[in-house]
Amino acid sequence: MPRRAPQGTQAVQRALALLRSFTPGVPEHRLSELAATHGLHPSTAHRLLGVLEAEGLIGRSPDSQAYRWVPGAPCAGDAGPLTRHNGLRPLEPLRTPFHRRTAALCESGAWRDWSGYTCVETYEPTPEREYWAVRNAVGLIDVSPLFKYEIAGPEAERLLDRVMTRDFSKSRTGRVVYTSWCNEEGHLLQDGNVQRLSRERFLVSAAEPCLRWFEDCGWGMDVEVRDVSKEIGVLALQGPRARAVAEAATTGVDFGAMRYFDLATGKVGSGAGDAPATVTRTGYTGDLGYEFWVAVEHAEALWDALVEAGQDHGLLPAGLLALDMVRVEAGLVLIDVDYVSASHAEIEALKVTPAEAGLGFTVKLDKQADFVGRHALELERDRGPAWAMVGLEVGWFELERLWSEIDLRPQVVGQPASREPTPVFAPGGWQVGQCTSRFFSPLLKKYIGLATVHADVAALGTELDVEVAVGYGRRRARARVVRRPFFNPPRKTAVDAPPGVAE
Amino acid sequence: MTDAIVVGAGHNGLVAAAYLARAGLDVVVLESSAEIGGATRSEEAFPGFRFSVFSYLVSLLRPEVIHELDLVRHGLFLVPTASTLNPLPGGDCLFREADPQRTYRHIARHSRRDAEALFEYKLEMRRMGHLMYRLQRAAPDELAAAIGDRVGESAEHLDVEVSAEVADIARYFLDLPAARLRLFAQMLTMSSADFLGQWFESDVLKAALSSSSIIGSMLSPRTPGSAYVLLHHYMGEVDGVYREWGFQKGGTGAVAATIARAAQSHGAEIRTHSPVARVLASDGRAAGVVLANGDELHAGVVLSSAAPQISLGRLLDPEDVPGGAGLVERAARWQSGGCAGKVNLAISGLPRFECMPEPGPHLSGGITIAPGLDYVDRAYDDAKYGGYSERPFIDMIIPSVLDPDMAPPGKHVLSCFVQYAPYELAAGPWDDGQREAFGDAVVRTLAEYAPGIEDQILHRQVLVPPDIEAIAGIPGGNIFHGELRLSQLFLLRPDPAAASFRTPLPGYYVCGSSTQFGGGISGGPARLAALRVLDDLRRPETAGSGGGAETP
Repeated sequence: MPRRAPQGTQAVQRALALLRSFTPGVPEHRLSELAATHGLHPSTAHRLLGVLEAEGLIGRSPDSQAYRWVPGAPCAGDAGPLTRHNGLRPLEPLRTPFHRRTAALCESGAWRDWSGYTCVETYEPTPEREYWAVRNAVGLIDVSPLFKYEIAGPEAERLLDRVMTRDFSKSRTGRVVYTSWCNEEGHLLQDGNVQRLSRERFLVSAAEPCLRWFEDCGWGMDVEVRDVSKEIGVLALQGPRARAVAEAATTGVDFGAMRYFDLATGKVGSGAGDAPATVTRTGYTGDLGYEFWVAVEHAEALWDALVEAGQDHGLLPAGLLALDMVRVEAGLVLIDVDYVSASHAEIEALKVTPAEAGLGFTVKLDKQADFVGRHALELERDRGPAWAMVGLEVGWFELERLWSEIDLRPQVVGQPASREPTPVFAPGGWQVGQCTSRFFSPLLKKYIGLATVHADVAALGTELDVEVAVGYGRRRARARVVRRPFFNPPRKTAVDAPPGVAE
Repeated sequence: MTDAIVVGAGHNGLVAAAYLARAGLDVVVLESSAEIGGATRSEEAFPGFRFSVFSYLVSLLRPEVIHELDLVRHGLFLVPTASTLNPLPGGDCLFREADPQRTYRHIARHSRRDAEALFEYKLEMRRMGHLMYRLQRAAPDELAAAIGDRVGESAEHLDVEVSAEVADIARYFLDLPAARLRLFAQMLTMSSADFLGQWFESDVLKAALSSSSIIGSMLSPRTPGSAYVLLHHYMGEVDGVYREWGFQKGGTGAVAATIARAAQSHGAEIRTHSPVARVLASDGRAAGVVLANGDELHAGVVLSSAAPQISLGRLLDPEDVPGGAGLVERAARWQSGGCAGKVNLAISGLPRFECMPEPGPHLSGGITIAPGLDYVDRAYDDAKYGGYSERPFIDMIIPSVLDPDMAPPGKHVLSCFVQYAPYELAAGPWDDGQREAFGDAVVRTLAEYAPGIEDQILHRQVLVPPDIEAIAGIPGGNIFHGELRLSQLFLLRPDPAAASFRTPLPGYYVCGSSTQFGGGISGGPARLAALRVLDDLRRPETAGSGGGAETP
């Protein structure tokens, strides 16, 4: 219990306590809820909140009229520890090591939770410019919330060969390997990247926690698995100008020689503030790009160096909405959106094998080592996968046809990628799968989506129906199975292409 | 054997060629100059700076053209320009963003009523854009047949010979609410200032919105008829959203290159340095062309994408066609005096507008100097009396912000579309002195809103209507191949005898900006013309009948 305050300061204390309730992670509160939480009469809370609002320390949500955190205003993290009436200290939202930089630029106030971290959804009110920056210039994306595990020791390679579907006996230092990992039934647990830092040291990055899984799989091996998630900040620098910016900001890396999925180490920035960084030619955008991995204490130096070098190349920081748009164009699947991890699929029907999630290419049944799920995947190889991850495309004239029924032009642009699963049908018939990520690509000028469908309707060119919201109704649009990625510029993998040249 | 010859390799000529080649015809495009593109042209005018010389934004390009010709695959890459900034004197501004609520707040600073009215206005204008879209869906001579003398009849009595599409549009028109028809009539006849005055009270907003009503037109916002030019721009759409604008990566020259690749992918041949002297006629039909060097190229179909003075004038022997003398005479009187200049500046850094000096999203949108209706009207007055505007209307973009490949890192291009610069000056023909003085007036005007801009200029390119005429081959240098006035629109564009894209010489067609729904980087007229050609080839018995409208 706080000590009893001197006379007349109670209102100040109450106001501060109210103010501390507003954080980027929990930005909105209703009057009734605040009054209850703080043990105040609603009229008292209303009066105090009114003062805070008039002072610009909090705002109002335009839709609900709820009170709302405003960017730049002091919040819980700045104002010291937060206590609730029950005395428990609540979990504060995590902040990435770039938070001070991203928060200063997040004009929209649109934040989203990513693995507990407060991340920018879009910096500007709409994601368009950030999306185009990635395709036309260069975007800078904070992807620090990824889980990161260092796997080190004489048997590190053996552990990875045991866990992963890819063949690590063939991996070399200085390369990154994109791989899947499965349970004993061959059901997909996760997909992620593995950096080979040295003969006996690897760094795994994944969307969800997997420390226990790796430790258990490596029981008895001479290897240590360490969760370094909070020790490393990651920035993705993506787009046709990425190389020019990376070169301007980095010393000690030969970007011209770096191939797709190569890894190098260098220093970012110059002088005393330079940051030792691992640079990988990887990303989640399907474009030319690099990811920079630094110790958190160097995070801001990395951000500053890249932003400065990017000034002359049209660099914009890009939020998660833009990232989601470009990753769909790149045809890249997202865990728990496009497939359900077997580690939390409640029913068997939700589980998929790597091949069924479109990741069959990561399964190396010809590798020497036994690996978790191998036997099941061998059986699957013989009988064939039941499902397939396909790219679906709805052409412009089909969209025109749907909207002409209500005398409108297609209303499809300006919408971020949707993650709400919708059914996919055989033409005019039964449901054959579900479409899990989709949007109208302003670059390709087509409505595109990732869908899981029965393997027998997955051939390229197969016609299927998808559901599209038209006005207040839902209509079936004729779609076609097309090749993934939808967008695959040669610059993504080109070696020694002159910087900034599109395609 | 050549099946079809297209005169002119501007975007419309190329679109026509692509459609014909796609249908299996053997097509040759003949371009007089060294480069394709016409007014859709990008050049490295200064070392390291490559940009659109003339036309600068894309909105009117028809989605049908984009998708039927698969232009995305051939390189179409349109980056949206979402906002418009109107700098005002004294460091004030009017800013319109993609987000309607933010735009509301910006405008409310000037007028709360107008900020609210803008929602309603935009909705009505989108409906008008949709009306124009529906109109474009049918070939115009059929429309004339369907609607011309049947207004008032109910749709059930429409002639059975009319295609389902035309009947649909006729029905659409007959079913329109009276208020919308009234608005349509207003847009064909009113001045944009009066038209906008029905919604808005704020002079700065009216001036800002009236910009689209004078672009490329020898009109003031106060001239009757300017409201149509506004409507013409609302026909534009990007992916179904009316009134959106896009910037083509690589400049508008890349649009032409994209369409050329589409045409070539279907086997069309494009010849530059091939000026055409006239259209050959034989047995009362087009039989090919004679080139300026005397060579003859034979084909049963000839299309011209040039302006009427060329297509229906210079290229045509009046003796070859019925009513030829009248046709040629009308073409000569076609109103297409240019009124706009282009001032392209290579600059050492981003401009700092007094109202919003720091770099930001506003620099990737349009920026317009049109601080009030009086200002624009006075700029027009200068031109009315034969001068260029001393304090001109300027519509600019910074293409290097939208496409970093346009300028060396850190440097930029400022592309200024300037009005008014009449084709003919009272003081005598445009010479270098006049040109530079006009360029100075533009820089002086810019400096009022972006102080210090004059010190950032590395290179300056000044282009006036005679330059547009010389480089792009448009007589008079009018960017639309002819004023967008009711006297030159719909069934009167480019001539009553050629409104259906057919000319009185069977086998000879027009397909350029000066034809129905033309003006701007649209490709729409060329598509309709090509479809007309293909239809005529399928039904040869009707091909010789000439246009649907009577020759006066």
